[in-house]
Amino acid sequence: MADATAGDGIAPEENRSASGLLLSADGTPLKNSIARAERRARIRAFLLILPLLAFVMVSFIAPIADMLFRSVENDIVADTLPRTVVELQDWDPASGVPGEPVFEAFYADMLDATEAKIHTRLGSRLNYEESGMSSLFRKTNARRLGRIDDTQPLAPQFEKIDEDWATVEPWAILKTFSARYTPGYFLQAADMKLTPEGVESVDETQQIYIKLFWRTIILSLTITCSCLLLGYPVAWLLANLPMKSANILMILVLLPFWTSLLVRTSAWKVLLQEQGVINDILVWIGLVNDGARLVLINNQIGTVIAMTHILLPFMILPLYSVMKTIPPSYLRAAKSMGANDWVAFWRVYFPQSIPGIGAGAILVFILAIGYYITPELVGGTSGTFISNRIAFHISTSLNWGLAAALGSLLLILVMGLYWLYDKIVGIDNVKLG
Amino acid sequence: MTESSDAFVEFERVQKSYDGETLVVKDLNLNIGKGEFLTMLGPSGSGKTTCLMMLAGFETATHGDIRLDGKPINSVPPHKRGIGMVFQNYALFPHMTVAENLAFPLEVRKMGKADIEAKVKRALDMVQMGAFGGRRPAQLSGGQQQRVAVARALVFDPELVLMDEPLGALDKQLREQMQFEIKHIHEELGVTVVYVTHDQSEALTMSDRIAVFNDGKIQQLAPPPTLYEKPDNSFVAQFIGENNTLDATVDSVDGRFARVRFNDGTLSRALAVNCGGPGSQTRLSLRPERVEFDANVEPDEEGVTGLVKELIYLGDHIRVRMEVLGNRDFVVKVPNGAEVSELRVGETAGLTWRAEDCRALDAA
Ligand SMILES: Nc1ncnc2c1ncn2[C@@H]1O[C@H](COP(=O)(O)OP(=O)(O)OP(=O)(O)O)[C@@H](O)[C@H]1O
Ligand SMILES: [Mg+2]
Repeated sequence: MADATAGDGIAPEENRSASGLLLSADGTPLKNSIARAERRARIRAFLLILPLLAFVMVSFIAPIADMLFRSVENDIVADTLPRTVVELQDWDPASGVPGEPVFEAFYADMLDATEAKIHTRLGSRLNYEESGMSSLFRKTNARRLGRIDDTQPLAPQFEKIDEDWATVEPWAILKTFSARYTPGYFLQAADMKLTPEGVESVDETQQIYIKLFWRTIILSLTITCSCLLLGYPVAWLLANLPMKSANILMILVLLPFWTSLLVRTSAWKVLLQEQGVINDILVWIGLVNDGARLVLINNQIGTVIAMTHILLPFMILPLYSVMKTIPPSYLRAAKSMGANDWVAFWRVYFPQSIPGIGAGAILVFILAIGYYITPELVGGTSGTFISNRIAFHISTSLNWGLAAALGSLLLILVMGLYWLYDKIVGIDNVKLG
Repeated sequence: MTESSDAFVEFERVQKSYDGETLVVKDLNLNIGKGEFLTMLGPSGSGKTTCLMMLAGFETATHGDIRLDGKPINSVPPHKRGIGMVFQNYALFPHMTVAENLAFPLEVRKMGKADIEAKVKRALDMVQMGAFGGRRPAQLSGGQQQRVAVARALVFDPELVLMDEPLGALDKQLREQMQFEIKHIHEELGVTVVYVTHDQSEALTMSDRIAVFNDGKIQQLAPPPTLYEKPDNSFVAQFIGENNTLDATVDSVDGRFARVRFNDGTLSRALAVNCGGPGSQTRLSLRPERVEFDANVEPDEEGVTGLVKELIYLGDHIRVRMEVLGNRDFVVKVPNGAEVSELRVGETAGLTWRAEDCRALDAA
């Protein structure tokens, strides 16, 4: 049989094409057959994850993309005042109030806008950049525009509606923000603003976001550290106690998960307030003077305490899952070689628990940096996070662009810290179970 | 070296219970001489590891004294006992390189850098791992990890080294090679070794003395040849090497020998080692290689007939499985020769042995 196929002088076990490619039994190149065989498996695997993929796209990727888009999107000026934007292109704010063609275009645009009742929205949008713009646009309403005689020069008639139209500022603002995409929200989120003269920082008294970002990071780090300090011994106990006690302890660790977040946070209010349980006890045992009760809530201390409690399980569980895999024989080996308890722990046990620390720390930190409810309830004014500000802009001031910019910055910040972490600790060192 | 009179390690009436209900170690008395290689051999769960852990200080004895070099060590913490240890899974620290692993016991002893380096190098060379100092344990094969574990247990010059089934995870060939190497190191350094295994051939090849454990007790403590040739009880006879058993009743005891009666009524003689008085049950133990095919029973010999059930050809010798007095697994080892060719499956054949080689033991 070997002779039959070996007639052309090629190794009998293998089919080869003229160019030396390996061929499969039916004569197609082996690589193609493998690709074909594997393609079907790949398609099936893809179909299996398709529902999840769709879900993730719709519920996760799309909102993030939308947020990133909103943080720079600025269609409203160009959409509401299309002709004005075109006319303003050649205008230089240094040359004074724009000429009659701009006013003509603006008049036509405003007639359309007031009829569609969208001119006040434009006013609100521009008010984010310069206060006064909102009332200016509200004043320039359909009734007042109706009195304008478009055969006469328009500039003086607009001046009559509001004398601000005879100054450079509103036009400069319009021109500055006429682009469809603007860095304005991001600059605002970084305590800067876009003016017709360029980028400048806002008044020192109005700078809040940078400070808030810093506070969010520092508090999140504090919370992560205190979670680690409190969680490490608990995780160690969990991993080393006999099964029965460990199970009870595990239930205690998980108990917070089964209680509503709101209930837990409110409980802290009861405990921490000036007339609360903790202060009462401290006064009772004489550690604290009744006149000088500790302020533990509505400040940063309150936020740190309550958040540490709430995020503690996220530290304990990864730590536990890593510690569980460290066999006790390592500690015994260390001791048999002459290391006392502390050296054995520090040189042998601790280094092996670092992946758990890494996982827990990253989890807690990332959860903390975006936390909203707890700081809102117990943080007062000094203990709130950037996320509280984002919520404010979304639901109260309705400045979604700024909220999106702040959110995007937060996202970039987290990714930056993640990158930093990867550089310093190494993400391979993180183990979640 | 065997039977050292000045005991280096002493277990005196040691008992151990984990749960307060059952004794895992019952009344252990054991003296280990300096420089001795003593093996604890026994089936799983017989308390070997527990004894080792008590000696190392990781478990406390419920009752009794353990002395090291004459001093009681019950209250000495593990890290002050200065006992080297090789664990079953090696317990090499995964986050340290091989050299760092070896340097660890020296560092905690606050030794100088140069000293440490020299000692680590010497220890690694001793186990032929000199070139692997920079590797992590995970980058080593099982056998290499095992060598490192041995080197680490020896690097700080302990006088006593405990090894808990150190070769359990290795394949047969590597295990045999490592047995030789460990034995070699032991002879070279003269350290005292307490070795745990449940592999009897490992115990037989390496040890000066073997303590056979079962059920929390030492069944027999003896050098390997004694253990094989003169087992004290049925458990040891059965556990060490291949063994044929025949149940019988003691008829009379006369000096060293006992006259025993088989179930079919035939009488025979056996060495009275561990049997009761007349009327008591006994179990006779016979090594397969001490039985011969022979119809003529000489004066100092005993004989029976049996049915040949199976012939297993093993080259240099043949294993013949027979049914003898109700025992269907009676094995006889015959050298390959002319007499084998006369054996046929299904035929009866005469068996003889010297009364010396048949030991009457407890009936357990
Ligand atoms: N920490 C413990 N708690 C309770 N019981 C234990 C503990 N360790 C061992 N035992 C019990 O003690 C007995 C002896 O165990 P030990 O580990 O000494 O056996 P061993 O002879 O080393 O067995 P193996 O050959 O399987 O290693 C077993 O029945 C075991 O179940
Ligand atoms: Mg064991």
